[in-house]
Amino acid sequence: MSNHLDGNMLAGVLGELFAVDVTTAVGRCASCGTSAVIAQAHVYPGGPGLVARCPVCAEVVLRLVRGPDRAWLDLRGVTCLQLAVPPA
Amino acid sequence: MARAAVLGRLSWRVAGLAAVRDETPTARTLVLAVPGWPGHLPGQHVDVRLTAADGYSAQRSYSIASAGGRNGPEPSLELTVQRLADGEVSPYLTQVLSVGDPLELRGPIGGWFVWEPADDQPVLLVAGGSGIVPLMAMIRARAAAGRRQPFRLIYSVRDPGTALYAAELAEQEKAGDGLTVSYIYTRAAPAGSGLPTGRPGTRRCSCAGPPGSSRRPRIC
Repeated sequence: MSNHLDGNMLAGVLGELFAVDVTTAVGRCASCGTSAVIAQAHVYPGGPGLVARCPVCAEVVLRLVRGPDRAWLDLRGVTCLQLAVPPA
Repeated sequence: MARAAVLGRLSWRVAGLAAVRDETPTARTLVLAVPGWPGHLPGQHVDVRLTAADGYSAQRSYSIASAGGRNGPEPSLELTVQRLADGEVSPYLTQVLSVGDPLELRGPIGGWFVWEPADDQPVLLVAGGSGIVPLMAMIRARAAAGRRQPFRLIYSVRDPGTALYAAELAEQEKAGDGLTVSYIYTRAAPAGSGLPTGRPGTRRCSCAGPPGSSRRPRIC
């Protein structure tokens, strides 16, 4: 079994980009169709960025590379993100 | 159902190392004074950032071990760091960082893996190795709030010497407030115990949840 962390550790970096906590959002994997909470994704932090994989089919759901003054976020592995937004 | 938290932009803040406590030969608890800390829910974590003189920086996430409280005049929180032999950050935090040194951190972070002290359902907690840390924050918060709903902890460790918080867990269990603790040893059981060793499987865990358990066991 490869060494992965869980999607909870994305909360800090995604918190720099989103106004709501994305780790509690439900994402639908573009490869296998499984819906899971982003906190349950398998995250591999090595390399130039973070890669999050579907906990069921292991395909990539999210890639994030962070530079000093910008971030590149690739969400093509998620067909839809369902986020709870508190009432204004 | 996804729960939401609207976040203000989380900024890095500087904490000070107030005290250390060695839990095992390879794990150390850092007691940090954090001015302006807004408080946290058990299960949340912080991101820690180390920056070298040449600007190189490394970030890691660490679960908060404490239930929340103060250390003297400043709000404080505790992190328990397991030193990894090939780690980049953990050897520094467990062997070099000294009382009085600053530490950059950001948080509290994470809305999914939390236990709210107002929740009165029984909970099954399953921990592997250093995964006990956020669960310990939940156990400590439950004790501090005087709650008595059943908390059943299954704690998988390599051998008795690597278990974190063993004495505190034993004490809490003895207090009879509804916390029960079972250990699974994957490499070596206590001498003379006759306990089997091996990785926890679904069979060993399946009968474990207390009656009426919350639908979300906390597994870490």
